[in-house]
Amino acid sequence: MSSVILNLTKIRYGYPGGPLVLNDLDFHLHVGDRIGLVAPNGSGKTTLFHIIMGLLKPLSGTVEAFGEAREAEADFIEVRRRIGLLFQDADDQLFSPTVLEDVAFGPLNLGKSREEALTVARNTLDFLGLNGFEDRVTYKLSGGEKRLVSLATVLAMEPEVLLLDEPSTGLDSSTKDKLIDILNELDLSFVLISHEFDFLSKTTGHIYTMDGGRIRFDQELDIHTHEHAHLMGKQPHRHL
Amino acid sequence: MIRESFAEGSSWIHGIDPRLRVSGAAAFAVVVAVSYDFKALFTALMLSLFAVFSARLDFRTVAQRLFAPAVFLLLLWAVLPWSYEGETLTTLGPLTITRPGVTLCAQISLKTICLMVAFMALVATMTVDTLGHTLNRLWLPDKMVHLLLITYRYLFVIEQEYQRLLRAMKIRNFHPRTNLHSYRSVAYLVGMLFVRASERARRVHCAMICRGFNGRFVSLRAFPPNPLNPIFCLGVSLSLALLVTLEWVK
Repeated sequence: MSSVILNLTKIRYGYPGGPLVLNDLDFHLHVGDRIGLVAPNGSGKTTLFHIIMGLLKPLSGTVEAFGEAREAEADFIEVRRRIGLLFQDADDQLFSPTVLEDVAFGPLNLGKSREEALTVARNTLDFLGLNGFEDRVTYKLSGGEKRLVSLATVLAMEPEVLLLDEPSTGLDSSTKDKLIDILNELDLSFVLISHEFDFLSKTTGHIYTMDGGRIRFDQELDIHTHEHAHLMGKQPHRHL
Repeated sequence: MIRESFAEGSSWIHGIDPRLRVSGAAAFAVVVAVSYDFKALFTALMLSLFAVFSARLDFRTVAQRLFAPAVFLLLLWAVLPWSYEGETLTTLGPLTITRPGVTLCAQISLKTICLMVAFMALVATMTVDTLGHTLNRLWLPDKMVHLLLITYRYLFVIEQEYQRLLRAMKIRNFHPRTNLHSYRSVAYLVGMLFVRASERARRVHCAMICRGFNGRFVSLRAFPPNPLNPIFCLGVSLSLALLVTLEWVK
């Protein structure tokens, strides 16, 4: 098998009654890639993720995942097992009353027995440092906790690729650091949407942007540092 | 929004297998609903009060929760006694109060209070989510159980959304008055809530599909055995037998 996980060619998509959001978009993901996507709101990043997962059908173009073309709903069942999508709003992802049930939901759907599913769920929660969260009620979690639990629900499916839709938005700096550590510890390929360069530079290898419904591979953004001077510059400080 | 204060207790009733409690309450409801004999109805009331007592529920809260059905019953008492035909009991001005009317009202009131109290003791003492899984184990259709559980989960999210919209209106100085502007604004609020709820439903469904959902919920819940389960069963069976005897065996 080649190292290409995703191969999207000439994807076109537009919401009914609107202009094309994705216009002849090409996108490739290889094993081990850690890609950051930065683009203005409404430029089709989330739409791209939904097309990869088969939640939206492109008007034209082909989606190839794990070496096979994916067209019908049935083709995407395997894709959804091997690619995990973290939604922008954690409330969309957590629908079970308790954390443990929500994390075990995916493994149970994959046909695991109750005991296996519970073991996977507990291990995932342990890995994310969420011990003791098993019986917490999902809607009563804080924003940061909800985000980490949603990540647990995705990781419990043991995916090979992660698609993360603005995972750092709305998190305080300590939860953000935790998320960075987790992402760096995972041996997974992922695509990450974010508006925070600081977060992207610590987690991803390449940063691409989107323009006119396409991903601009020719305009890769490089994280770099500037030297500069200002008053009190010797004091430890951060620039936001 | 939904307070589950009764579910937090730790009496012996709380420890009984939820499946037994739900089936017990359902059987009790059937028997009480078809009973008309006052001896049977009062006995049933005693039994349900005993259940509340055993569950160690706060009597004030129980009384508060009976308020809503009480309003409904008052309505019944205001209409039925004079509008029902039959033997005259007494006359109040132009109105004739009939004996069958009063009897019927009394029966309905007794049944209502009795069932409300019994359900508070047996069913309200578990969380909605336990109730959902219990019903699932009791072979209720999957779809109904999903509806219950997901409604329960997203009621809170929709309420938050409602509060958010309401705040947005308030900070721009919206005071509901009796005018077209107020009606229109409130209609927008409700409409927006529907739109947002259906958008939310779509996204949740997407998230579930992404995690391999195929239309069937698998419940993780295990109900631990409890030595009191058989005793509870016996108690319920004896109570039901007693009610049936009082009602039908003359």
